[in-house]
Amino acid sequence: MRIIALVNRILKQMRRSPRTIILMFVAPLFILTLMYLLLSTNNTVKTRVGIYQVNDTIVTNLKSNKLTLKSFNNKNKLQAKMKQHDLDAFITVSGKKIDVTYQNSDLSKTAYVKNTLRAGLMKMNTKALINVTKAQRDVITRQQQALLVLTKQQPPAQKVPSKPTNYQISNHYLYSNGSATFFDQALPALIAFFVFFFVFLISGISLLSERTSGTLSRLLATPIKRNEIIYGYLCGYGIFAVIQTFIIVFFTVYILKIQLVGSIWLVLLTNILVALIALAMGIFASTFAQNEFQMMQFIPLLVIPQVFFSGLIPIDGMAHWLQAIAHIMPLYYAGTSLQNVITKGYTFSDIGLNLLILLGFAILFIWLNIRGMRRFRKV
Amino acid sequence: MSSTAEPIIVKQVAKSYTSGQPVLKNISLTLHPGEILGLIGPSGAGKTTLIKAILGMEAIDRGEIKIFGTTMPNRKIMARIGYMAQSDALYEELTARENLQFFGQLMAVPKNQLEQAIQHASAVVNLDHVLDRRVSAYSGGMKRRLSVAIALIQSPDLLILDEPTVGIDPELREQIWQELEAQKKAAKSIIITTHVMADAEQCDYLMLIRNGLAITQGTPAALKRQFDVTTIDDVFLKAGRLQDANNRVG
Repeated sequence: MRIIALVNRILKQMRRSPRTIILMFVAPLFILTLMYLLLSTNNTVKTRVGIYQVNDTIVTNLKSNKLTLKSFNNKNKLQAKMKQHDLDAFITVSGKKIDVTYQNSDLSKTAYVKNTLRAGLMKMNTKALINVTKAQRDVITRQQQALLVLTKQQPPAQKVPSKPTNYQISNHYLYSNGSATFFDQALPALIAFFVFFFVFLISGISLLSERTSGTLSRLLATPIKRNEIIYGYLCGYGIFAVIQTFIIVFFTVYILKIQLVGSIWLVLLTNILVALIALAMGIFASTFAQNEFQMMQFIPLLVIPQVFFSGLIPIDGMAHWLQAIAHIMPLYYAGTSLQNVITKGYTFSDIGLNLLILLGFAILFIWLNIRGMRRFRKV
Repeated sequence: MSSTAEPIIVKQVAKSYTSGQPVLKNISLTLHPGEILGLIGPSGAGKTTLIKAILGMEAIDRGEIKIFGTTMPNRKIMARIGYMAQSDALYEELTARENLQFFGQLMAVPKNQLEQAIQHASAVVNLDHVLDRRVSAYSGGMKRRLSVAIALIQSPDLLILDEPTVGIDPELREQIWQELEAQKKAAKSIIITTHVMADAEQCDYLMLIRNGLAITQGTPAALKRQFDVTTIDDVFLKAGRLQDANNRVG
């Protein structure tokens, strides 16, 4: 009864504050769309390369629509030249030695020029090799014909392979198809992060304002139980958190059309657990804040670090002690589970343990919150 | 039985902040049924701390507090107390009616009586015609009156009002006092804190608090006689000077 009264009140309050609703329901979609547009198009790298004494064979092999070459007749004052002409690299050939100077402010451009140069040189070498082979083949063919003339009555016992084999590569992908971009890879972590971030912020700030406005102590001057306040808050804001989770997940699956190999219900379940943890953690953090600004100070402390361990950066590659840190972060379990469900089609039993751990986090923080209410009233 | 026990008994209560600074020093008081007790004193004297200790919201270091015979802190007894905090603790996004509804539900007012209780409580403070306006659009005085109405919502046996008349015009102050008198006639007990001396004159019994200490107490008439003055203001000033003088000697 008292919990219902509390939940009703929270629903009414939320209905009357459209800004909060927009923050919860529209802001994550806006950011996700923006990231989708930025990360999912295969960004075209345009590079400008200066050359000096580079022979024509190399030049033809380097040329592409992503690489503009500009010829110079000396290599003096290289740095000034590169700055003046906005060059990403400068290639100088002297004899068999190739010197390349990279501007190296944009790593992707450096990598692109490096790869193009290597591939170009390889192509050149292969061509040279083919030419040699061709010449040899011509010699062999001529000899064969000569031989044929000699042994016209007898067919050749064995045919000499006359053409080099041409290999064709055809790629197959175990999970998702080859069109997966960085967005697809980062998305599971991003979903979990957005659910966590917005719920954390709103639940934390609302309990904080309940405290600073004096209504919490007014509330405690009624026969309400301390745990009823916490449960009421979890239910009231939980409703909005669940709606938000549904919106984010359905938006990414049906509008942004990310490739979902596993079950959408499993994605929802995981995110609802994330929302529950965020709710409880937000309420918990708010008890250590005196005002909204102090609440914001928890974001770099409690929220941002979790992003790095949520699967954006592969955990396997981390140092052991960093991996240990990952294991105390709820978003690590959520992020890896979501990644496995979305990209590899993991099932409930595959991620069951992670879900259990997430539930454990939620229960831990709910318990801490109920304990924490003792500060305000002794019974 | 608990219903016949004294509404409030405070016995030798002391409390210090964690810094060691004492807030309440050996305070004792008794509120009898159908009595209006006034706690008067300057701000920072410890009035609000005492109120919160009585409600069980502040832990005390020493002493005992009983409400209707039940040792505080106690959760269930809260249903019999109408409390009004010093600051208006209202939900600004909600209307006055919704605020009253919410607290009525928490105070376990039966559903079929809630509407009537809201009507009565809001009529007392003259807010019955603006019940459906949002609290954020209320003036300071209206908020104060709504806080009084919330305290009255379950028609409690005991009213604890922290500075109920701050920011209220004289006409409304009179109206609120009429209601307090009516409550008193219905054998309800009231404890209020104030530094408005006109309020003090209307109390049955006064306790003057200064620096966490009850410097003097008695009926308004007895106090005026005792200090040989004509107003409670003068009682307070005289008693305060006496306290300071004693401190200097000690």
